[in-house]
Amino acid sequence: MSYYFVIVGTQDNPLFEHEFGTSKAGGDGQARFPEQARHMNQFIVHSSLDIVEEVQWGAGQMYLKCIDRFFNNYVSCFLTGGNVKFMLLHQPPSSAVSSTGVVLANPRGSTSTIAANPTSPQTEEAVRSFMLEVYESWVKTIMSPFYNVNMEVRSPVFRQRVAAAGRKYL
Amino acid sequence: MSTSQAPGAGAKEQSGLRYPTSGKTIYHRPLNRAKTAELSGASFAYLFSEMVNYASKKIESIQDLEKSIASNASFPPSSSSRLNIQGHPIGLKLLDLLLYREPPRTQTRSLNIITLLHFIKINVWQHLFGQAADGLERSSDPAKPDEYMIIDNEPLVNRFISVPRDMSQLNCAAYVAGIVEGVCDGAAFPARVTAHSVGKQDDGEMWPGRTVFLVKFLPDVMERENFLGKS
Repeated sequence: MSYYFVIVGTQDNPLFEHEFGTSKAGGDGQARFPEQARHMNQFIVHSSLDIVEEVQWGAGQMYLKCIDRFFNNYVSCFLTGGNVKFMLLHQPPSSAVSSTGVVLANPRGSTSTIAANPTSPQTEEAVRSFMLEVYESWVKTIMSPFYNVNMEVRSPVFRQRVAAAGRKYL
Repeated sequence: MSTSQAPGAGAKEQSGLRYPTSGKTIYHRPLNRAKTAELSGASFAYLFSEMVNYASKKIESIQDLEKSIASNASFPPSSSSRLNIQGHPIGLKLLDLLLYREPPRTQTRSLNIITLLHFIKINVWQHLFGQAADGLERSSDPAKPDEYMIIDNEPLVNRFISVPRDMSQLNCAAYVAGIVEGVCDGAAFPARVTAHSVGKQDDGEMWPGRTVFLVKFLPDVMERENFLGKS
């Protein structure tokens, strides 16, 4: 189960990217995107930005849940007060055997884990908690007087925080 | 000093990041307000007077000078627009900070102009000045439906500022106008905010320092507002 997390600024520019995998149910925290499709993640997230803009004026909540689906990829979004979008793309593991003959998905992992069910309420709750933690670190980032709007976030401490939140909830 | 620091700096240099001696980065500081986090009015007034001074001197970089010579436009910017620019990033930060501090049930982004202006009038003003703003009005001119006014009877920033008669069009509340503009721009309602003093200086006037912040939204905001209002 792989996750691709992006923070998109107000000009549709990416400010922060992070790939990781699930650490629950025996996962090792590494992303397992197929090599040739890895760059597609950016395009998929970019295309769902249109949907974000459509949905954001309908409801006032910050967490917009799962807004888009592209084949196997599900995109969820969290919108901050300053119109910065936290997009999470999740790709449940396919149960097909890989070319080396090793089964990538954990065969004992039940289908009720977060990994396998991207639209279940537990997943929504887990993603919401993850987003809230990243939001806290994000507010601390923008409070810095040296941070201007739409600036790239390069702090390794921020990356550690996002990774820790990912390990904790996803 | 520099030689004793060199070995330590070499070890941390791989990330190019220097940690403070206590090891605590900004990510370790709490976001919720501690009770002792008030700032004294005197320190703020001191700092603000220096800011006004800086904004009114025509301090420019070489690029600004070159730009003004080349374009012959109305450069340099006036001191009130400089104060406005100084306040703008604060508005952006306040928007997210105040939203974060609200209890999770009421954490909503503003979807229309009235909600946003209420947020500014109550939350932002409370955070900055300890009390809500004194009034919120819509312009009664039918030709200008996009102008709203926030009224403050005694802006804190003007308390220790006296403006000489030859600069009477300057209102140092342009700094607060910049903050309000930052909040509006951040929330996707771009606007131009200016501060105007409407208090008369005669005796008998209750609020001589009465200031009106005129918020003029851009046309696309009004278009979206009308579209959302209909559906």
